[in-house]
Amino acid sequence: MYAFEIERPTTIADAVKAMEHDGAQALGGGQTLIPTLKARLAAPDVLVSLTAIGEMKGVCMSDDGMLCIGAATTHATVAREAAAHFPGLAGLASHIGDPAVRNRGTIGGSLANNDPAACYPAAALGTGAVIITNTRQIAADDYFQGMFTTALHGGEVITEVRFPIPQKSHYMKFVQPASRFALVGVFVAKYADGVRVAVTGASEDGVFRWSEAEAALSADFSAKALDGLSVDADGMIGDLHGSPAYRAHLVKVMTGRAVAAAA
Amino acid sequence: MPKDHGIGASDKRREDVRFLTGAGHYTDDIKTYGATTAIFCRSTVAHGIIKSIDTSAAENMPGVLAVFTGADFADVGGNPAGWLINSRDGTPMKEPKRPVLAHGKVRHVGDAYAAVIAETELQARNAAEAIVAEIEELPAIVDMAAGLAGDAFVHDEIGTNQCFDWGWIEDNRAATDAAIKAAPHVTTLELVNNRLVPNAMEPRCSIGNYDAGNDSYVLQTTSQNPHLTRLLISAFVMGIPENKLTVIAPDVGGGFGSKIYHYGEEALVLAAARKIGRPVKWTADRTEAFLTDAHGRDHVTKIELACEKDGTFIAFRTETMANVGAYLSNFSTATPTFLHGTLMAGNYTVPNVYVNVKAVFTNTAPVDAYRGAGRPEATYSIERVIDKAARELGIDPIAIRRKNFVKPDQYPFVSAAGLEYDSGNYDALMDTLEKHIDREGFKARRKESEAKGMLRGLGLNAYIEACGIAPSNLVGVLGSRVGLYDAATVRVNATGNLSVMVGAHSHGQGHETVFPQIVGEMLGIDPQSIDIVHGDTSKIPFGMGTYGSRSLAVCGSAMVRATEKIIAKAKKIAAHMLEASADDVDFKDGQFTVKGTDKSVSFGEVALKAYIPHNFPLEDIEPGLEETAFYDPANFTYPSGAYACEVEVDPDTGKVRVDRFIAVDDFGNIMNPMIVTGQVHGGLGQGIGQALLEGARYDADGQLLSASYMDYTMPRADDLPFYTVDHANGTPCTHNPLGVKGCGEAGAIGSPPTIVNAVVDALQSAGKNVTHIDMPLTPLRVWEAMHKA
Repeated sequence: MYAFEIERPTTIADAVKAMEHDGAQALGGGQTLIPTLKARLAAPDVLVSLTAIGEMKGVCMSDDGMLCIGAATTHATVAREAAAHFPGLAGLASHIGDPAVRNRGTIGGSLANNDPAACYPAAALGTGAVIITNTRQIAADDYFQGMFTTALHGGEVITEVRFPIPQKSHYMKFVQPASRFALVGVFVAKYADGVRVAVTGASEDGVFRWSEAEAALSADFSAKALDGLSVDADGMIGDLHGSPAYRAHLVKVMTGRAVAAAA
Repeated sequence: MPKDHGIGASDKRREDVRFLTGAGHYTDDIKTYGATTAIFCRSTVAHGIIKSIDTSAAENMPGVLAVFTGADFADVGGNPAGWLINSRDGTPMKEPKRPVLAHGKVRHVGDAYAAVIAETELQARNAAEAIVAEIEELPAIVDMAAGLAGDAFVHDEIGTNQCFDWGWIEDNRAATDAAIKAAPHVTTLELVNNRLVPNAMEPRCSIGNYDAGNDSYVLQTTSQNPHLTRLLISAFVMGIPENKLTVIAPDVGGGFGSKIYHYGEEALVLAAARKIGRPVKWTADRTEAFLTDAHGRDHVTKIELACEKDGTFIAFRTETMANVGAYLSNFSTATPTFLHGTLMAGNYTVPNVYVNVKAVFTNTAPVDAYRGAGRPEATYSIERVIDKAARELGIDPIAIRRKNFVKPDQYPFVSAAGLEYDSGNYDALMDTLEKHIDREGFKARRKESEAKGMLRGLGLNAYIEACGIAPSNLVGVLGSRVGLYDAATVRVNATGNLSVMVGAHSHGQGHETVFPQIVGEMLGIDPQSIDIVHGDTSKIPFGMGTYGSRSLAVCGSAMVRATEKIIAKAKKIAAHMLEASADDVDFKDGQFTVKGTDKSVSFGEVALKAYIPHNFPLEDIEPGLEETAFYDPANFTYPSGAYACEVEVDPDTGKVRVDRFIAVDDFGNIMNPMIVTGQVHGGLGQGIGQALLEGARYDADGQLLSASYMDYTMPRADDLPFYTVDHANGTPCTHNPLGVKGCGEAGAIGSPPTIVNAVVDALQSAGKNVTHIDMPLTPLRVWEAMHKA
C-alpha cells in the first residue's frame, strides 16, 4: 500500500466536493479497492469513504412500488431488509462472498466497480433497475458498458438504486471454486409484461441479457422453454476455472435452475 | 475402554488455550527495540539474465539503511540439497548453486535479486520499487518433457535440465521388463500428480539479530526444525560457527513441509543485522508465500500394472518426471526417490517393481516435500492403476486388493521395492472398512441420487506409507547427508515438576499435550506438572525436527529412553533413602517401594533429594536428576490403511460433492485418540483438496496463474464431508519402545486416489467411458471428461 489521505464526508454534497480533489477515489466497502491498494496496484492521493453518509444507507419502498436501496447499504442489510419485499434480490445479497464481505461490501460499490463476475450487476440488469447518482438517473440497460466499465463519469457518485419488483425471480449462481465469485450467475425476473434474464460471470463484455431466453420464457415461464436454445461460446470468458464452452453451457443450466426455483 | 488419563487418553490439547485466546507467540509477533524491515525485489519474469541492478536511487531514499544484491553474496556458500542421488549410470546428480540472492540470472517468478533494509516497511517498499533492474527475458522452461528435450537450460553451467535419472531398483529393471512383456494382462495409466502450494496459515517470517559484543547471532524464524536450519546456515551457507548462532522457532502456524527448508531470506536477515547492527525482520506477504514457499508434488507419470487374468499382480513399472523447480530445495531430491520409489510395491506381494524417476529443473518455484512427500505420489499411481485394472478385468476392487495383500503371517515382509515392512494387517483394515461402507446400502443410495439426476460413485483404496524417518545407517547408504535420529532431555526440577526439552518441533501436532501424557504415565505423575520445551537451539538437544510423521516415533522414543534413565537414577536415590539395594526397589505409580516391606518414597521426594543432596552418597550418585537420550530408529514405521468414499457428481455442471468418507488406519499404538483423529481429519482435508480443488498452474511463460486465493482453491469446511475415522486395528510397530507408527500424513496419502476412484465409478455408472481424470477434479475437468466420453 502507498500512503494516502482519507476523507469521511457525512453528506452526499460533501462527498461530491471531496471527489473534486486531484487523484480522488471513492471508497465503498473496500472489498475490491482495499486489496488492490495493498497490492500497490492503485495509488490514489485521496480516498473518499462513502460509508459515513447516512442519506446513502437503508432499504425502503417508494410510493410507486420500487424497492429503493441506498448505495452505501451493505449486502447483509439488503439480505435482511429486502427479504419481505423482493426475496430474489435478498437471496442474491445473502450469498455474496462470506459474512465479512457482506458486512462491509456495499451495493453501490459493487455496481460502480462492475466486476464481470459480481452478483449485483445481474440483479440490476435483470430487473431493469435505475442507478441514481448525484447528478442523474441511469437505466441499467444503459449503465453497464463492459468489464469494469460503466456510464459513470469521473467524480460521479452512485447514491441509490431502485428496483422494480418482479412477480417471481431468482438468482442462480455457479461459483468459481477458488474465489466463489460467479463463474456463471443468472438472474431471472418475471414481470407482468415479460421476463428478463441477465447473466454475470460468463461474458468478456461483462453482464449481459440473454434475449432468446427472455423471449422463450416470456411465452412459457418454465425450464422446459429453454430446450433447443443454446448460448454461443464466442465471447465467453476462458480461464483456469471455465472454458468458453463450459461457461456457455452453464448459462443455460443456471437459467433453467433459476426459473425452476423462482418464487 | 478408552483410558481417562495417561497413554491412550484423549487429553485436550493444552496448547490450544493460548492459540485460541490470542496468546500464542509467532515470529511476526516479536517486537524488538530498534527493529528494521527487509523487503525483497523479486523477479516478475520466469527466466532472465540480470544485466544490471541500479540501487543508487534506493540507497538515498528516506529511512534506507542498507541495500543488498546477489553480488554481496557471491562469495558465500549455497543452500544445499540434503540428499545426493546417483543416476542410473552411477553419476551424481547435478547440483547447481542456490544462492542467497539471485546472481547472474533469475530463474523463477518470485526469485529475489535484491533486498532493502529500512526503518519502516513503507520506506523499504518504496525504496525496493526504486531499484532498477535490467533483466533480459529468456524463454521460460516450464514443461518438463520440453525441458529435457530442449537446448536451453535453467542452469547453463550444468548443460542440462535433468538433475538425475534414477532407477529403483536398477537390478530389477530387466526382470520387470520381461515380466511385463510376458504378462497376460497389462493396464497402463498416464497421470499427473498436481502441483500444490502449501499455504500454511502463517506466512514465513524471519528476524536476524546480531550481538557485536559476543560476535553472535540469533535467528528467530518460522521453522519445523531449528537445528537443521542452524546446521545449514553454519556449515554451508554463511559459515557462522554453530556456537555463535542460535535459531529459535517459536509458535509456528503450520508448515506441512514448507518450513522444513532453509530459505535465502533467513541468511539475508542475518547478514543485514550484522551490517547495520540492528534487528532485521522480514515477513512474507501472501503473494510471496505463493511464489516462493517450496511447492509440493508435481509428477508426470506413466504406470503399468501387469497381472494374471485372475488379478494376481506380476509387476509394477513406473516412469516419472518429477519437477524440482528452479533450485534444489533441501529435501527435493529425496522426495521423488526414496520417499516415493521405495513405496511402489504398495501393500502387495507383487514380485517385480521398477521405478524410473527423472528430476527436472524448470523455471518454477522449487518443489519439495509437502505433507506425505513422495508417498502420496506412490499411492496415487498404484491405487489408480489397480482400480483401472480391476475394471478392465471385471474384478471387484476390494477383491483384487485382498488377493494381493501381504498377509499377517508374512511379517517382516521385504517388498519388491526393497523396504522391510515390520507389521500390519491389511485384510483386517479392509474388513473394518467393509463394515463401515455398507455396500448394500450404497446401491440404494445410488438409486436415490439417480432419482435426483445425480451420479453416485464409490471409491476404494488401500495404502501403506513409510514414516518415522529414519534410520541413519540406511539413509546414509541411500544418499542422505544428515542423520535422522532425534533427541530429548528430561529435566526433573527440585520441586518435582519437569521440563522436557525435545528436538521435535510442534506446530500443530500437539506435542505439548501428548509428550507429557507419556512421561507422566512412565513416572506416575500428573502430566500437568510436565512442560515441553522445543524450538530453541540454545535450550534443546540437537534434534532433527518435525516432518515425515516422525515426532512421536523418533523423538518420542528418545524421550522414553531419557525417562528410563531418569527412573534408573531415581531408583538409586530411592534405594539410598530407603536404605535398601537398588535391585530391591520397585517403581510403580510414582512410588518407590522396597520389595517385601512397606517402606516407600514418592517420586517428588526423590527429586527433592537429588537437588538437596544432604547425606548423599556422592561417590556413587551425582546430584541432580536430568538425562538426555538420542534415538536412532531401526527402521521406518509403516502405517497402512483402507479408505472409502462416496461422491455425488452433478452431470450438468461436473461438480463433485463428497458425501461420506471413511478412513480406517493402522497407526500402531495410539497415544491420544482425539489428536490422532484430528491429524487424520487434517490430512483428509488436504488430500481431498488435492483431489478436487487445489492446483498450482503456471502458464507457458512461467507466470503462476494461481497465485492468490482468487484462483487457488483452498478447501473450505463446506467442501468436506463428516468423516468416519477408525484406528482400532492397530498392529504395534515392532522396533520402537511405544509401538507407534505416525499419523500426520496418512490422510493426505490415502485420500486422493479414493476420491478419483469414486468419481470415475460415478461416471462409469452413467455409461461414460471415462477411465481417468487428472487432479484437481474441478467441475470444468469433470464436465469436459464427460463430454468427450
